[in-house]
Amino acid sequence: MNTFTICRKELQSYFRSPIAYTVIALWALIGGFFFYFGLSFFVQRSMESAMTGQSMPMNINEWIVRPLLSNVNVVALFLIPMITMRLFAEEKRSGTIELLMTSPINDLEIVLGKWLAAVGLYSVMLFVSLLHMAILFRYGQPDWKPLAIGYLGLLLQGACLLAIGTFVSTCTSNQIVAGAIGFAISLLLFVLNWVSEFGSSVTERVIGYLSVQAHFESFSKGVIDSKDIVFYATMIVLGLFLTSRSLESVRWRA
Amino acid sequence: MIKVEGLTKRYARNIAVDNISFEVEKGQVVGFLGPNGAGKTTTMRVLTCFMPPTSGSASVAGFDVQQSPMEVKRRIGYLPETPPLYPDMEVGEYLDFVGRIKGIPVADIPKRINEVAEKCAIGDVQKKLIGKLSKGYRQRVGLAQAILHNPDVLILDEPTSGLDPQQIIETRDLIKGLAGDHTIILSTHILPEVEQICEKVIIIARGKVVATDSVENLTSRLRGSETVAIEVISDDGHALPASVQLRLEQVAGVSRVLYKDSKDGRLHFTVESLEGRHIRPALARAVIESGWNLNELHGMALSLEEIFLELTSSHKPEAAEAIKEVAAEHATEVQPEDESK
Repeated sequence: MNTFTICRKELQSYFRSPIAYTVIALWALIGGFFFYFGLSFFVQRSMESAMTGQSMPMNINEWIVRPLLSNVNVVALFLIPMITMRLFAEEKRSGTIELLMTSPINDLEIVLGKWLAAVGLYSVMLFVSLLHMAILFRYGQPDWKPLAIGYLGLLLQGACLLAIGTFVSTCTSNQIVAGAIGFAISLLLFVLNWVSEFGSSVTERVIGYLSVQAHFESFSKGVIDSKDIVFYATMIVLGLFLTSRSLESVRWRA
Repeated sequence: MIKVEGLTKRYARNIAVDNISFEVEKGQVVGFLGPNGAGKTTTMRVLTCFMPPTSGSASVAGFDVQQSPMEVKRRIGYLPETPPLYPDMEVGEYLDFVGRIKGIPVADIPKRINEVAEKCAIGDVQKKLIGKLSKGYRQRVGLAQAILHNPDVLILDEPTSGLDPQQIIETRDLIKGLAGDHTIILSTHILPEVEQICEKVIIIARGKVVATDSVENLTSRLRGSETVAIEVISDDGHALPASVQLRLEQVAGVSRVLYKDSKDGRLHFTVESLEGRHIRPALARAVIESGWNLNELHGMALSLEEIFLELTSSHKPEAAEAIKEVAAEHATEVQPEDESK
């Protein structure tokens, strides 16, 4: 109940301020750009193959959806810190954190409420990009299952990075600092799998395993692997756990 | 209602609150008085369960702040120094949000909002964005937030700071109006405020409680010994400072005579009495019987302001200790050896 109250207040605050609209507009713009080029490329290729008479069947999911998912995934990486950076930093700077922390609610309820609001805004972004997919369904017959799984992957990876961003936001009262550090950590987590491309020692494989992108790949192929779900769930729990611990330390340091 | 025992709060390098103890009874209005950085805010933050104490204990309505913080939080309304407001919310929405996180049953919230809006005179701005409100209105919304769940205890951190005189008077009246139903602790460094609103004063300086008493007692306790200013006309050396001083010292009940200065042929003395002795008639007689011209004689009352300065302005901690002991034992000599001047 309290979680819901906090979440509602945060969502209200996102949509009152320019944050939600800026993030959604940027997302729609850049996502639209990728979609347009993906689609144009596909149309050109299929026309070419029809003209030369080699009727090679071209799969929309293979040719448009999958590259599009990986591309918007990178866009999300840039936008996620902008969603999370204010969550706690602003409350700390303006002193409203004192209201939350002297009210009869748990720290965990505060943390969950705020994180859920961030996930809510991110879901709205995903919904906006579903409009592109609606166009595909209007003019073609893509398979909906891998598409849905891809979006599930986007949501899970986003939720995981949002949890980490929320944690970073508790560590400072400066939004810019929270945004910058959040972005740096997200980016590192994203590219960690490069490590395992050059070597396959245990250490390198473990580090590579921590990459959020590596776990997204199977989702983008339309495969649900329980190992990836466990990974994302673990990262979310870890992020939220760190957030609530950090919030507790705010009490001690204040 | 509120009980604080041996409360200490230590930060990395300094001690903000050093082993303080006090009690507040139900329905009392207590002023927490001290210079900036004395530890007022820290003490309040411990009481509101915002931060835990390093050692010692504090309890509100019988609930310990560390053992059962939820119970304490339910019973406390807190207005921090900067009112905790969200500028992008409307006043009504904000109060609704506060009502929910304070655990008021959702059905009762609109009724409570109307009640506090009337009490705090913010009914006309309920649809306004908080960010667009004037400072005085913000303070009142902050106060409305603190009393919304009708808490037993109200903790107000410098409720009048940064307001203009008109707003200060309004806020004080508002607090006075709340006094009957709530136990109130308010911190301030403005003395008249304490004299006007509070029944009891806790003076705190450098993290220690320097004095705790009712406003009347505190003033009268420190007025226990009388201080009298005397002006004698010297009549071209007829009255010499040294001889006048000597004569005054011989008056029964006098503990100390200080010769201050002479200006335009007028000699100024300050005479302190032993406790409980009224020396003014005897002093007048002594001067006149010696054949000198008495020009002026008046008692000097210590205002709360002077008491406050005396208790808080000495920079040596030992001196503060000494003052504390002196004050506690109703001792005769109040004046610390003038080191603050």
